[in-house]
Formats: sequence, C-alpha cells, structure tokens
Amino acid sequence: MLKKRIIPVQLLLDGRLVKTTRFGEYRDVGDPVKSSRVYSDQRADELVFLNISRDQPNVTPLAEVIAGVSKVAFMPFAVGGGIRSFDDAAFLIKNGADKVVLNSIAYRDKEIITRISERFGAQAVVVSIDARRAPSGGGYILKSACGTVTEDITLAGHIAACEAAGAGEFFVQSIDQDGTMAGFDIPLIREACRSATVPVIGCGGSGDYNQLRDAFLETNVSALACGSLFNFSDSNPIRAKAFLSNYGLPFKVV
Amino acid sequence: MIGILDLGMGNLRSLSNAIDHSGFDFQVTENQAAFDDFTHLIIPGVGHFRAAMGAVFDRQLRPQIRAFAASGRPVLGVCLGMQLLAAVGTEGGEMEGLGLVAGTVRKLELGPGLRIPHVGWNSLTKKKDHPVYEGLKQDQDFYFVHSFAMQCDDSADVLGETDYGGPVTAAVSHANVVGFQFHPEKSDASGLKLIENFCLWNGKC
Repeated sequence: MLKKRIIPVQLLLDGRLVKTTRFGEYRDVGDPVKSSRVYSDQRADELVFLNISRDQPNVTPLAEVIAGVSKVAFMPFAVGGGIRSFDDAAFLIKNGADKVVLNSIAYRDKEIITRISERFGAQAVVVSIDARRAPSGGGYILKSACGTVTEDITLAGHIAACEAAGAGEFFVQSIDQDGTMAGFDIPLIREACRSATVPVIGCGGSGDYNQLRDAFLETNVSALACGSLFNFSDSNPIRAKAFLSNYGLPFKVV
Repeated sequence: MIGILDLGMGNLRSLSNAIDHSGFDFQVTENQAAFDDFTHLIIPGVGHFRAAMGAVFDRQLRPQIRAFAASGRPVLGVCLGMQLLAAVGTEGGEMEGLGLVAGTVRKLELGPGLRIPHVGWNSLTKKKDHPVYEGLKQDQDFYFVHSFAMQCDDSADVLGETDYGGPVTAAVSHANVVGFQFHPEKSDASGLKLIENFCLWNGKC
C-alpha cells in the first residue's frame, strides 16, 4: 500500500533557512544541511526546498545547498524557487534534486514543463501553486512571484493545463494559512485533489498533529508539507506519524 | 571499485553519496573504458526507456554491459536502470533492452482512484531469499517513482513486489544481475542497507 508522506518544507534566503508568515516576516531558523540531517534521523519522507530570495537571478546557491544536503539525507528532494529555464532545472537535478518545483514560470511557459517532463519524467516536475481565498468568498485567487502577482486563471484550469503539459505532482500552498499554525485550508486541498489526477502535496498552516489528521482524513491528499510545525515546536515527523497511525493512516516503515 | 554508468539520465549524486556513505569507492563513467577496473556495475536512471536505450546504443554499450554481466560480476539496475535490464521496453514504442532479465516493461495498469506516476513510499514484499536482502525485514518501505514496470517472463526472476492496484514488480534478480524499481539511494536506512549489501555481494546466490 502506498504510504502518506510528511514533508518538512524549508525556505531558503541567502543560504539560510527562514520561515515566513503569510509570505512575509522572515525569521531565521537555521542551516539547511544541519536541519536536513535531523529530518533524516526523524524519518521524514521527503524534503522540499524553496528559494524565496527574489534578488538572486540564478539557481547556483540552491544547487550548492542540495549538493550538501544529498550527503547527509537519503530521501527525495524537491527543489525550486527562481527556476527560469530548462537549463536551471537540469542543473538542479544534476546536483541532487529529484524533482524541481516550478511556480511563476508555469503560468507563462508550459513548454518548460513539457521539456523537463520529457527528459526527466513527469514525476520530476512539481508545479507549486500559491492560493489565496477570494475576498468575495468562494474560490481561490492564484498568486505568482512569491505571492505578489495575481494570475488570471482558476485553480482547476491551471492544474488541468499544467497536467496536460506534463506536470507530475502539485504542491498547493495556502497563503492565508502560511505560518499561522492555524491548520490547513482543507477546502483548497480538496479542490486541488479533485482537479488533479497526479499526486497533490498540501501546504500552509500546520500547527499540530490534529490538523494533519484532519487534512489527511478529509481529503485525498498524498502528502502534507510542514514548515512552522517542525521549525518552531518540539514536534517532529516521527511523533507526527506515531500520532497519525492511531487513525489508520499508513506511513513508511524503515 | 563500484562503477556507476552515467547515461545522462537524472540525478547520480545521491547514488554516489549513498555508496560513499556506505564506505565503498566508486567511479562515475560514461563509457566502457573503466569497466575492467570495476568489481560491480550500477546502472541508474530516471526518464524515458527509449532515450536511455538510445544513449546505450549510441555509445555501443549494449555488448559491453552484457559482457560485464557475463563475467559474473554483480550488476545492479536502479529505477529506469532496472527497466533497461529487460528484453523489451514499450515506452515511446517497442524497443530492445539490455536483455539481462527476460521480461517486458509496460505502463502500469491502474484501477480507479490510483494516480500515475506511482510516487512515494511503498512496501517491498520479498518473493525469494537473496544476498542483497541480508538484514532486511519483510514489507519495509522504499521510495518509488515510476509509470512503467517490468513484467518478468519467468516468475523465478521476481525478487520483490509492491502493491499498487495489484502486484507490481519492485525488484528482479537473475544470476548476478539485480534490479530495483524503487530508489534505494532515496530510501532512508533500508535503502542504504540494500546498497551496502549489493556492494558486498560476490554475484553468487
């Protein structure tokens, strides 16, 4: 049986780990290689690294981090933030990334999804979608460029277009919930799972294990990604899985 | 010296690091020049069967890899590398594989509600005893990412299965050749154990 996944998400700013609240208010939370070693010991299922530095025009610093992490953690890494070309993606994969995470460019250049997918397989292309609840209620507004640019397409429309281009997974993040530790946006995750035929990772809002349980039990989500939960509390993936196993949710045995 | 064949398909760094972490020397090579120095050969890969076999044929590596296997030294195919061991692939049209394990690589047939690609941690059911399984328990989890899988002609070559809408070939072995559909280098402590076992293996069962 395929297991559910719990994924620590690590935001990188100038080579340091940071954590945001609603995509702002950065706090330094450490060194990515050291934290990845700890997450490995804590039996995390996968690691997501997102570079949120907007003034770095290249992916070289990200590749350096991944090259270091791949010496200490033996699990899949999804890496993104600032990927602008096929060559950027190929460079990250060559340096240890298993999957690349595309966000802003996925709105404008579907060809890059197709090229990466055809070369490295669909599973190597994760499209990250940042969403805000529509102020009028009902539906979501999609945002690119670290939440600063509004995109004129629906969640379902964007998911369908990216899948048709070759995306193999979606990373759906709630900007409203980011860093609040107030729980996942379950309707957002549910809508994404309904629209996608490939796996969906939900992100944004993790604060305690009950919220993980609710999101896993109330949606078909394949994985949940957590920042604050593991950054700021004494929670860790081992304890999360021990708790969630009580509700019949399956996790890996190593 | 463990040889890692670079067909230009995907991430080799993690596999190299896993071998290094396990305490073995390795060399990454794009051709057969160093094959004589290798005690073991690993064929990794992520991507399309046709593209990878194309790289094998372009570099005239097929007879070289088959000769390496015929020498009795252990050969390991990982993910796409395991699929290449098969006689026939069908991704992007039917194509000849390395022919080291009798079988055909076909797209996963999935029931309703299952998603392709098969991504994530899934349990490995051991179908027979093998030196690479030394110290591994039944039904430990490994990390899979694939849309195609090998179907062996001879069930005796099936080393392990996983369950994804039905049994899926997760590991194969034939004489001194083994293949893992999952990524041992991405599979935490159990994966590192498999890699260590392979590097210690003398190719005999």
